[in-house]
Amino acid sequence: MRYIEPHGHMVSRTTDDYQAMVLAGCAAICEPAFWAGFDRKSADGFYDYFCQLTQHEPKRAAKYGLPHYSWLCINPKESEDMALAADVLALIPEFLKAPTVLGIGEIGLNKNTRNEMKVLEQHIALAVQYDQMILVHTPHLEDKRKGTRLIMDCLKANGVVKPERVIIDHVEEHTIHEVLDQGFWAGITLYPESKATPVRAIDMIESVSAQRVWLNSACDWGHSDPLSVPKAAQEMRRRGHSAAAIDRLVYGNPVKFLSQSPRFKDPAAQA
Amino acid sequence: MSDPTPPRSREQVADLHFMDARYKLLDLAAFLDRLDRAAGGEDHRVRGLRAALPLLLEKDEGRVARILTLWSDPSVAPIEKADTKAASGVWPGLK
Repeated sequence: MRYIEPHGHMVSRTTDDYQAMVLAGCAAICEPAFWAGFDRKSADGFYDYFCQLTQHEPKRAAKYGLPHYSWLCINPKESEDMALAADVLALIPEFLKAPTVLGIGEIGLNKNTRNEMKVLEQHIALAVQYDQMILVHTPHLEDKRKGTRLIMDCLKANGVVKPERVIIDHVEEHTIHEVLDQGFWAGITLYPESKATPVRAIDMIESVSAQRVWLNSACDWGHSDPLSVPKAAQEMRRRGHSAAAIDRLVYGNPVKFLSQSPRFKDPAAQA
Repeated sequence: MSDPTPPRSREQVADLHFMDARYKLLDLAAFLDRLDRAAGGEDHRVRGLRAALPLLLEKDEGRVARILTLWSDPSVAPIEKADTKAASGVWPGLK
């Protein structure tokens, strides 16, 4: 089996995780910028983090034969500080020149505040200015439904963003239909406790047209599982889905979305 | 076109997933028992969990979405400022 991990925070993971993912069939990994678990105090911290994402982590992944791509932003959890957000946004254009950067992400909302909304709008404007794809983080738990709707309204209000170049991640049963109905791609994040489990993810896949859906582990420093995508593939196999259908979901779909960036190379075409 | 879902009987679904659902239901019962043995009042998360239980017995498909919606913040406008970065799992205003 082959698969793409389209959303993993590998700077938080060990080399054992890289090894296990490759053994499970991972062919490429994409890493959106995210919250470190604590608030960074200055743009310098982000400068170093963006260097890590665009220079150092691709080298670490390459030791396991894995192509590594990244997305850049200031995470909504740190967007309450508008001055810091402005300083970080000003750094991003320089890093967009890096050959493995695919776009702006994971942007979005956390607690659905006015400042988070303003920074989201600024990120969207930046993506439009530099013709970048967008990867969206939707809020957690009770804030997800409201935040997902606010984010989609914000993307549509921009007027230029093409929905097919935006993936709205962390959808669940109460948001996936609206996201797909509005023309966006939907990401299902597989977490042991919050978000979706592999079993629920496949229930969702069986209830929607899954042509614009990807699965990801979003593995990070918290309770998460870097092998959750192959575990979801195993769940599909248990239910009788064909090998071709599994491949379309865990490999073909992410390749289709990511290939909208000329920087992403289909690993199969490189073999 | 999306790939069709392979046809399966309810017995096949039960064969695959019954034991998983069984242990989760027992874990939930044990959690409620544990709460009963503890001191203090009930917080909004547990209130939300109890409010969701009748939805499990509804006949129509879509129970997960209905439970998630029940626990969601129903407001539509951005808030001025948050007093926390974290979410609790159930909207605190749920009655």
